Amino acid sequence: MAEHTASDQPLKKTPLNDVEKELGGKMVDFGGWELPVQFSGILEEHDAVRNRVGVFDVSHMGEVTVRGAQALELLQRTTCNDVTKLEDGRAHYNGLLYPNGGFVDDILIYKIADNDYFVVVNASNTEKDYEWLRDAAQGLDVDVQNVSANWAQLAVQGPEAERILQPLTEVPLPSIKYYRFAQGVIDGAQAIISRTGYTGEDGFELYVSPDEAPRILRRLNELGVKPCGLGARDTLRLEAKMALYGNDIDDTTTPLQADLAWIVKLEKGDFAGRDVLAREKQEGPPRKLVGFEMLDRGIGRHGYPIVEGSEEIGVVTSGTHSPTLKKAIGLAYLPLDKSAQGSEFTILNRGKETRARVVPTPFYKRAK
Amino acid sequence: MSSIPEDNRYAKSHEYVHAEGEVGTIGISDYAQKELGDVVFVELPQVGSILDAGDELGSIESVKAVSELFSPISGEVIEVNEALTDKPELVNTDPYGDGWMIRIRMKDATEIDELMTSEEYEEYIEKESAH
Repeated sequence: MAEHTASDQPLKKTPLNDVEKELGGKMVDFGGWELPVQFSGILEEHDAVRNRVGVFDVSHMGEVTVRGAQALELLQRTTCNDVTKLEDGRAHYNGLLYPNGGFVDDILIYKIADNDYFVVVNASNTEKDYEWLRDAAQGLDVDVQNVSANWAQLAVQGPEAERILQPLTEVPLPSIKYYRFAQGVIDGAQAIISRTGYTGEDGFELYVSPDEAPRILRRLNELGVKPCGLGARDTLRLEAKMALYGNDIDDTTTPLQADLAWIVKLEKGDFAGRDVLAREKQEGPPRKLVGFEMLDRGIGRHGYPIVEGSEEIGVVTSGTHSPTLKKAIGLAYLPLDKSAQGSEFTILNRGKETRARVVPTPFYKRAK
Repeated sequence: MSSIPEDNRYAKSHEYVHAEGEVGTIGISDYAQKELGDVVFVELPQVGSILDAGDELGSIESVKAVSELFSPISGEVIEVNEALTDKPELVNTDPYGDGWMIRIRMKDATEIDELMTSEEYEEYIEKESAH
């Protein structure tokens, strides 16, 4: 697990911190936030989400509202996916990009209504994203607010999520399809109920007031929803090949390099990074993010170099033991001409050369 | 706090040695397995390897991290726990029993005295977890 202990500042706490400690959470420093890495164990929590239902505290995520007559224009200019395609009550995955095509962040955009968008960003990027959008908004008729402190977020994930949550709300959950959301009351709390997640499983993300969140987490725990930590969140998202900012993508990687062509809509008009992406689309990106399996024993982990003789040709960005597949998997950047499925390559694992092979992704896909 | 067997000695890197005659059985402590979380792979030396105290004897991968294992004592590896190949989780479920890692024919039994007793180790991990 990456450690972030550079600063001596006190750790930030989510509204669920006390309940998490009560429930046996093993707390760690995660980018300046005190969050549980696990409760009962990563494998057990992973299994609960794949087969039943688990709950994650993702209150550290940031929320930014973008409102006004030119809200759509601001989002179109600063991101690579086509925000005009969003209808009210729908959300999509998108990239907030620098002019060089690198990621400021990967984000979710919710369209509440015309001229009213709710943007969910990575915790450690919240301030940066907010300032980026606010600066880009200058001269436009749009109001950008960092409202992160107003929201707690619980991710209830797993095949039984709908069955467990339905008794707590009058909102008909089957009517909320994948990547759509509704606003309503859940367990007495006003909420945004969103059928989204970061696990590759069915489930909901509940945005509620920080005051209400602890009660809801306790209720879910009583109902048998397994409290899950960052450890299982990482194994689940990696099996589903969902990118992690700071590991798999950052300001040096473009969406095309990160194998996210599906969020790049060149035809939508001009936006930051479009020229670079158009060129990469034409010529092929210099490198590509691929999924791999280990052929030798051991796990290729974040930061391990990929070598060819004495030359470093790539790098592992994420790696773990896949609890579902029961083998070592990971993501890595390889030169485009070496990234084909079936290609084999060498990962330097603490000085030792170990072999790996490019495989199709996602590693895990749930049965519909 | 889980119990720390009194008939073992402990290294600062959290390996234990259980000595019987000239044979020392080495594994990692209950505290260490809890810190690592779910163990998925243990790499151990070949039988016949000669280790000095402090040498790396192998590595242990949990879901979340990889850690080196160090031999607290010198000697020849006379047995490795083959069961860990298929069931690395034994390190989690029974660290002092079925989750043992290697047996060493000790070169110098007095090395044991350099290691921490269970009481000293308990004090040591209390300090470490409080930091």
